[in-house]
Amino acid sequence: MILYELIDFDTLRVIWWALLGVLLIGFALTDGFDMGVGALLPFVAKTDVERRIVINTVGPVWEGNQVWFILGGGAIFAAWPPLYAVSFSGFYLAMFVVLAAFIVRPVAFKYRSKREDAAWRARWDWALFAGGAVPALIFGVAVGNVLLGVPFHLTEDLMPMYDGSFYGKFLGLLRPFALLAGVVSLSMLLMHGAAWLSLKAEGVVAERARRIGTIAGLVAAGGYALAGLWLAVGIDGFALVNEVVPGGPSNPLYSEVTRGGSWLAAYTARPWIVVAPVMGFAGIALAVMGLRAGREVSTLLWSKMGITGVIASVGLTMFPFILPSTVDPRSSLTVWDASSSHQTLFIMLVCALIFMPLILAYTAWVYKVLWGKVTEADVTGSGHSY
Amino acid sequence: MEIGLVELSRLQFAMTAMYHFLFVPLTLGLSILVAIMETVYVMTNRPIWRQMTKFWGTLFGINFVLGVATGITMEFQFGMNWSYYSHYVGDIFGAPLAIEGLMAFFLEATFVGLFFFGWDKLSKVQHMVVAWLVAIGSNFSALWILIANGWMQNPVGAEFNPETMRMEMTSFFDVVFNEVAQAKFVHTVSAGYVTAAVFVLGVSALYLIQDRHKDLARRSIAVASSFGLAAALSVVVLGDESGYSASHTQKMKLAAIEAMWETEEAPASFTLVGLPDKEARETHYAVHIPWAMGLIGTRSLTEEIPGINQLEAESADKIRNGVIAYDALMTIRAERDATPQAVRDRFEAHSDDLGYAFLLKRYVEDPREATEEQIAMAAEDTIPGVAPLFWAFRIMVALGFSFIAVMAYFFYRASFRNMQFPRWSLYAAVAIIPTPWIAAELGWFVAEFGRQPWTVDGVLPTALSVSHLGIADLLITLAGFVLFYTVLFVIEVSLMVKYIRKGPFQDVAETEAWQARHEARLRRMPDAPAATATPAE
Repeated sequence: MILYELIDFDTLRVIWWALLGVLLIGFALTDGFDMGVGALLPFVAKTDVERRIVINTVGPVWEGNQVWFILGGGAIFAAWPPLYAVSFSGFYLAMFVVLAAFIVRPVAFKYRSKREDAAWRARWDWALFAGGAVPALIFGVAVGNVLLGVPFHLTEDLMPMYDGSFYGKFLGLLRPFALLAGVVSLSMLLMHGAAWLSLKAEGVVAERARRIGTIAGLVAAGGYALAGLWLAVGIDGFALVNEVVPGGPSNPLYSEVTRGGSWLAAYTARPWIVVAPVMGFAGIALAVMGLRAGREVSTLLWSKMGITGVIASVGLTMFPFILPSTVDPRSSLTVWDASSSHQTLFIMLVCALIFMPLILAYTAWVYKVLWGKVTEADVTGSGHSY
Repeated sequence: MEIGLVELSRLQFAMTAMYHFLFVPLTLGLSILVAIMETVYVMTNRPIWRQMTKFWGTLFGINFVLGVATGITMEFQFGMNWSYYSHYVGDIFGAPLAIEGLMAFFLEATFVGLFFFGWDKLSKVQHMVVAWLVAIGSNFSALWILIANGWMQNPVGAEFNPETMRMEMTSFFDVVFNEVAQAKFVHTVSAGYVTAAVFVLGVSALYLIQDRHKDLARRSIAVASSFGLAAALSVVVLGDESGYSASHTQKMKLAAIEAMWETEEAPASFTLVGLPDKEARETHYAVHIPWAMGLIGTRSLTEEIPGINQLEAESADKIRNGVIAYDALMTIRAERDATPQAVRDRFEAHSDDLGYAFLLKRYVEDPREATEEQIAMAAEDTIPGVAPLFWAFRIMVALGFSFIAVMAYFFYRASFRNMQFPRWSLYAAVAIIPTPWIAAELGWFVAEFGRQPWTVDGVLPTALSVSHLGIADLLITLAGFVLFYTVLFVIEVSLMVKYIRKGPFQDVAETEAWQARHEARLRRMPDAPAATATPAE
């Protein structure tokens, strides 16, 4: 029974590369707005009631949203084991900070309003702010570093090794281009959070959110444009030298890779991918206009389109690279040499095809049940809000 | 190989995993108990059952969030601290983790929000369905995690691929229906049910002692003790199943747990207590029960269970085989398609023992250059710490049996003694609240410490699995986790205590209205018993 050969190995690899993008985008679109809302919390809500309104706009859904992050981890493990092994250990301390944020955030949502004490609540508000803003920044910094290339190499046994000193490895992530990517990511999610609040909150809270969201959207668009320019003139890309062996083994060391040229060469090789950055700019622009005009549902949708375009543009620009290595380009992980086996990719695809539609269906149902604005009466009346 | 790095990585993993498992068992069991209570509410319409659902649901929520939060660490820690492990077995091990997210975690996490926020937005039946979906999601989570863990104990359905230097899946079916995984799953979820039952029992007993919320407490004890009795029986029965599967899949672990140094003539005796001594290779002051071990381990009177010394000698043979496989592997890797068929055949013949050659990497860079002395040292490494396993196992089993007694007693009083509980029994119920956690942590200790020196039994040694991080990296995160987790633990426990003190929220008007309706109904049925016949009213 060789069912899995129904789909050829390289096709599966491309499908799983696309699904990796879907997961990252799914995470940014759902958990992204809770991170944005957390980061906006101190600025859009001043009184305790306002803060509770803001928190309760995401109260019932953040838990499901955060699963996108966890599923992302699991799916990378299952479909791209070398990527899972190299990236999370290579970005070790940055990952620790992200984990700390994602541990403190759920607890803050859940525990904040369980005591009346103002100091208690103020501390948790701070945790919600940091728990939203810090990962939003770090994810961008990580993406920036991936574009720049990461200092790792694989031994002949395919054991990942990291080069550079301890401080180099952590502070070395904070390169100027990576920081710019971090700013794009943070401002984009602030915009997204503001679009969510504009839909789910009312009055002064929504008003403040729209104002900050407009600025954040402009910063995101500007930063994104600047990053594109920087990629065009100041950053080396990577390229595969050898012909790809069809259905070849997942061993990065079998490939030849050079560093040099530009990532943006991809746009001459595959001109259609320009659709991604166009979506990015257009989505952000329309979201900003929507925020200014006070439109609600459409603004959130435009914001989603903008984020989708920005994230997709990174993947499409780098294809087939997933994680390039600066110190040993040969060790770079690509779509053709860093996947799971043919059979595992097939089985995981079957699972994803069964469960993703179900997940989308019941998630949509939950959002429908919770449809409507969160008001002062909601947070002061019910014993079950946060 | 920096030994310090391996030990620190293990310490961090053990700490974060055991901490995570402080919250998981209660989530597994309480989610089901809450769903049962809500089902009774939907069926009877009595406000008390909704009050119970909400009260235990609140405590469930406080616990659940920390289970989720600490689970995030587990999902990423393999990549962060065990990168060679992740590369080497990710093709198999990653799949159940991803399926857990797709099938289970999305379900529980999406609906748990609705459970708390949906009381006014959903119909009664809808809300009950939501409660069940949370419970089912939590339990399915455990299934996939234990399939992953079961594979580490008994790596079936996979083979080594020399071109990619890793294990690759050959049969998904074998991985999912791994007998070790299945036995572990039912044993673990049953342990979770016992934990929740003991928790509900203890908190309810506290209310009875304090003479408050007696309605809620009595009914909760009735539910918890019947559920807990079934669960406690199943924990022990299925624990025995795990023991049986270990007798043919993880012989060394079983021998170490039993401190069985020499192979005994079948059926082997069971050592009830004693002082295992690894130096002298014997167990001092041992008290034996004849035949018992043979019966439990092999379910036969004739099959032998090998002792530690014999297994150590077998390990040395496997190491020698592994070196042959390793040598062939080096040729295959160098020659690739030009490899002579004879070398490939040699590799195929010995590849099952390839992992044993890696045990030598602790002593020598190239296993092919190992001396007999080094092989002997590596073979000795395959014996896990006998005394800690011996004792951890016995304490766990003793606790397991005591839960049956406790649950049976409360079930009897609740069912046949009109829900009257003597005061001493209530104090005892409060006092034993922590014990299921102790049993569960000891169980994990036996499972994972007993698997050493392997991360994947017979396939990949622990020492080889780690990420090559700096010691400073590890110290920072270890200190961070300790600090962070301690603070969260203190906050969690203090909130639990606060909400237990506060007690359930009783909607007096609603309860009285229901009571009035209920009595009116009874007046229309003259033969019915009086409304206040049971002391629970």
